[in-house]
Amino acid sequence: MHIFIEILYLIASIIFIIGIKLMGKTHTARRGNFYSAIAMLIAIVATLLQVNLLSFGEIIAGMVIGGAIGWYYARTVEMTAMPEMVALFNGFGGLASTLVGMSDYWLNTIEKAQALNLVSGVSVFLGVTIGAITFTGSYLAYIKLKGRFLSGAVVFAGQHLINLILFIGMLAAGVLFMIFPENPIFMLIALVLALALGVLTVIPIGGADMPVVVSLLNSYSGIAACLTGFVLNNQVLIITGALVGSSGIILTQIMCKAMNRSLLNVLLGGFGQTNNSAAGGQAVDVVIKEVGVEEAAMIFDSASSVVIVPGYGMAVAQAQHAVREFADLLEKRNISIKFAIHPVAGRMPGHMNVLLAEANISYDKLIEMDMINDDFQNTDVALVIGANDVVNPAARNDQQSPIYGMPILNVDKARTVIVSKRGMSKGYAGVENELFGYPNTLMLFGDAKATINKVSSELKEMGK
Amino acid sequence: MNIETLMMLIYVLVLATFVGFELINKVPPTLHTPLMSGSNAISGITIVGAIICSGTLGYTSIGKWLGLFALILATINVVGGYAVTDRMLQMFKKK
Repeated sequence: MHIFIEILYLIASIIFIIGIKLMGKTHTARRGNFYSAIAMLIAIVATLLQVNLLSFGEIIAGMVIGGAIGWYYARTVEMTAMPEMVALFNGFGGLASTLVGMSDYWLNTIEKAQALNLVSGVSVFLGVTIGAITFTGSYLAYIKLKGRFLSGAVVFAGQHLINLILFIGMLAAGVLFMIFPENPIFMLIALVLALALGVLTVIPIGGADMPVVVSLLNSYSGIAACLTGFVLNNQVLIITGALVGSSGIILTQIMCKAMNRSLLNVLLGGFGQTNNSAAGGQAVDVVIKEVGVEEAAMIFDSASSVVIVPGYGMAVAQAQHAVREFADLLEKRNISIKFAIHPVAGRMPGHMNVLLAEANISYDKLIEMDMINDDFQNTDVALVIGANDVVNPAARNDQQSPIYGMPILNVDKARTVIVSKRGMSKGYAGVENELFGYPNTLMLFGDAKATINKVSSELKEMGK
Repeated sequence: MNIETLMMLIYVLVLATFVGFELINKVPPTLHTPLMSGSNAISGITIVGAIICSGTLGYTSIGKWLGLFALILATINVVGGYAVTDRMLQMFKKK
C-alpha cells in the first residue's frame, strides 16, 4: 500500500479519537461528531485512491444510493423514535461487515482459488458471524422498540439449550470451514446459524432492558468492523472498530449497574415474566388516593420547589412539549424546577435527555440520579410522569422484590408525590409499586400529555 | 499474513481498545444517546472494506456484488448515523 494512503489512514484514526473525546462534553459534542465525520471522509477518500478507476462508477452509485437513504431517514425520524432508528442503522452496519467478510472470502478463496491462511480464515468466520448476529439482533430490537409486536419478553421452554446447540453448531461449521475452505457450504451454514442466533438471543429480552441490548449490539458491530480489518489487513478498520467495541461495552456496563443486574441476567431474559408469582405474595391491595387536575394545579401553585421525574410513559404519550410548557409556567411563578433523570429511564441510554432537549429544556436542569437523590427531602412536589419501577421504594425496602437493590430515585421522600399515569398497570418488572399506596402520594390518572396540558391551563386560569 | 504483521495488528487492537475504554468512561449520562448513535455511525467504518471489495473488476464476480451491497448498507449507516447524531446534538442547548 502506498505510504501516502497509510498516512491518510493514520490522520483519520487520530481525528476519530479526538472526535470521540470531544463527544464526551456537552458543549463540544456537536463538534466531536463533526470531526468524526471528517475522519470518516478522509478514510473513504484514502480507500478510493486504492481502487481501480474503472470501478468508480458503481462505487459512487452505491454510495449515492446508501447516502440518500440514510440522509432521508435521519432527517425525517421523530425524536421519540430515536432508539429504534439507532438499532436499525446498527443492524445495517452489522450486515455490511458480514457482506464484506463474505465478499473477501468469495473473491480470494472461491474465485481466485487462493489458499486461506489461519488468520484470515478465523477473521472471516468471526466477522461474518458477529456481523450477522448484530444484524438480526438489531433488527429484532428495532421491531421490539417500535412496540407493535414482540415487544415483551418472549420465553419458551428449552430456549437457552437451543441457543447453546446453535452456538456449538456454528463453531463446528467454522472449524469445518477452516478445514475445507474451498467449499462455501460450511461458511453459509455458519452464516444461517448466526442469523438465527441473533433473533433467538434478543427475543427473550423485554422492552425496558433494550438500553442494555442496544448498547451491546452497538459494541458487536464495532467488533465485526474490527475483524474485517484483520481480514483486509487494514489498521483504520481495526482501530475504529475497537473504539466502538469498547465504548459499547462500557455503556452496557453502565446500564447494567443502573439496574443492579448482571449482563448475564439481562441476556438470559424473561425479566418480569418469570417473577410474577414470587412477587404476588407481597402485593397487598394498595389503597390509593386520586387527585383531579384542579386540585393538582393548586398543589403546584402553593409549592416552591418541584422535581419532575420523566419515564418511558412520557415518551409514549409524546408529552415532552406539554411538560416543557408546564415547567415554564411554574418557573414564571418563581417555583424552582428540576428534572430527575434515572440512568435507565426510557428505551435507550440517555433517552429522556434527548426528548427533553428536543422540547427545548436547558440541559443544566436535568439532574442525574446521584446528584438529586438527597434533594427530594427538601422538595415540595415530585411529579412522576410515566415512570414506574425507577421510583419504586421496594427497591430499598423489600428484600423479596425482584427489583430489590436497584438504585432508584427517592421521590417518596418529597413532601407530596403526584404520579401521572394512565392506569394502575404494573411497570416493566411486573411488580406492584408500593409508592402508589404511600400517604404522601396522589395519583393523577389520564394520558400524560392531556393531563399535563389540563393542569397547565388550570394554573393559567388561577392567574398570578 | 506473517506473524510480525499479525502481532502488530494485535498491538493496535489492544491499545485502541484501551483508548476506547478511557474515552467513554467519563461521558455524562446526558450524552449517552448521541454517543451511542455517534459511535454507531463510526462503526460504519466497515465502508472502507466495502469499497475495497467493490473495487474488484468484473461484473460476473459474486464477490464484487456482495461488496457493492455492503457498500450501500455501510453508507446508510455512516450518513444516517452522523446526520441523526448531529440533529440530536443540535438540540442540546443551555438557556
